[in-house]
Amino acid sequence: MTPMATGPVIPDFGTVSPCVRDNGLFCADWFAANWSSVFWPALAQHVRLTVIAVGIGFALAFALALLAHFRRWLVRPLGGLASFLYTIPPLALFTLLVPVTGLSVLTAEIALVAYTLMVLFKSTLAGLAEVPEAVRRAGLGMGLTRREILVRIELPLALPAIVSGLRVATVTTISVVEIAAFIIDQGLGSPIIQGLQSPFNTQFIGAGLLAVALALAADGLIVLAGRLLTPWATMRRSA
Amino acid sequence: MNSAADIVFDEATKTYPGSVRPALDALSLTVPAGEICVLLGSSGCGKTTALTLVNRLTELTGGDIRIDGTSIREQDVIALRRGIGYVIQQAGLFPHLTIAQNIATVPQVLGWPKPRIEDRVRELLELVGLPHGEYGDRYPAQLSGGQQQRVGIARALAADPPIMLMDEPFGALDPVTREHMQDEFLRLHAQVRKTTLFVSHDIDEAVRMGDRIAVLAEGGKLLQYDTPERILHAPADDYVARFVGTDRGLKALTLRRLSDLTLEPYAGGANGTALRADDSLRTALSALLAAGADRLPVTDADGHPVGTVTVDLIREAA
Repeated sequence: MTPMATGPVIPDFGTVSPCVRDNGLFCADWFAANWSSVFWPALAQHVRLTVIAVGIGFALAFALALLAHFRRWLVRPLGGLASFLYTIPPLALFTLLVPVTGLSVLTAEIALVAYTLMVLFKSTLAGLAEVPEAVRRAGLGMGLTRREILVRIELPLALPAIVSGLRVATVTTISVVEIAAFIIDQGLGSPIIQGLQSPFNTQFIGAGLLAVALALAADGLIVLAGRLLTPWATMRRSA
Repeated sequence: MNSAADIVFDEATKTYPGSVRPALDALSLTVPAGEICVLLGSSGCGKTTALTLVNRLTELTGGDIRIDGTSIREQDVIALRRGIGYVIQQAGLFPHLTIAQNIATVPQVLGWPKPRIEDRVRELLELVGLPHGEYGDRYPAQLSGGQQQRVGIARALAADPPIMLMDEPFGALDPVTREHMQDEFLRLHAQVRKTTLFVSHDIDEAVRMGDRIAVLAEGGKLLQYDTPERILHAPADDYVARFVGTDRGLKALTLRRLSDLTLEPYAGGANGTALRADDSLRTALSALLAAGADRLPVTDADGHPVGTVTVDLIREAA
């Protein structure tokens, strides 16, 4: 038998910190060292996937909600369709789409958008329906057109409901994007899945913590934007 | 800009779909330009229907309504409504807009230039007693019910419409605020002289506010259209008499003020608190009864004596 190798069998990782050597739960030094090669790209991809999904989902849901607001008979079929899409488990929807659109970002986005539709459709529609009858009647009586009532009264008054819909949709999408790592090598789900397959803790705990931080930050940003857009809703309390 | 216009109901009829009996049955009456006409009746008598027929929130099913001689059917509905001020019970202010923005709504959709809108808003807030500096940037929820309704009235006046429709505008206010708002509106009306249709179920309010009162009964039938004095002194039938109440003799006293009477000469320190010349005869009678006196001194607004009122004088005037 010839010797397999002359050098060390275990590859040389260079000097490692005690934390990495002992496989601690979270090694900040390793996290920092791999930030630009692993975590930052994954975070950026995660944000992009989420923004695209919520953006397209909101545009679609908003248009459908407006349509249903003016054509009330569409409320049930459209709401039913959105609810149906929402009931399919994410992983099942991904696998169902793979034969059609492949292991692609498109597949991931189609599924992600489908998940945002129900909550965004229903919250927008509910916000429009909540406008007090006296307010709508006052607008009509003073000679506003249907379109002016929509733009000047109904949409601004629906904003708080739309904002809460966006919060739920965004936070949900951030979690579902993690599952999308099963079909595309993108987002914070990727380091988590890879990390789970190795015994090294910092990779998946770091990525997991980032996902939590992202969800909290996104939620906070939307709440803040909502407050800025609806000063009257917070004024009420100080009255 | 616009002077007031008269409103003519010509057999105006509304039968709602699925209903056999009309909600308003061939109403014919004329509201002269600049006057306040109170549509008075209990619920279900069609008074709100009559009101909303004018701005076509409800469409006529028979007859016609003419404003300044032009049928409302012949006008574009949006243009028609923009020429009519509309005030509803809960004010119906837009909660997401400031007071100034609420009032600016119709001028904005009419495309007025910005400076003109700002001037108009300032002027109207002044007119309803809510200085722009203090209230213009507040939101409706930060105002009391009475203040909200002032804004509602200012908003209705924004584009200087010749006509005002007021659907129980003070119905949701407490009695003290309501009375105050009634006085405020009368003061305002004396300045702007809009032809006003005013819906009420309250005879006291109708007597205070109306130049004329239209008493409506169930089924939208007009029972009497007359001045408050005539309604109180000569009710057309038992229904009107019951509706105006058995105290209509007292109510009639609210219509006249001490300054309308030829008072007896001032006789010096009669007992009791002095009455003011602008007090109503009802207030005077009440004060006489409360003081247990036959006569009380009357002063003008500055407290200078102007004469003496007696129980006999009031009885003769009633």
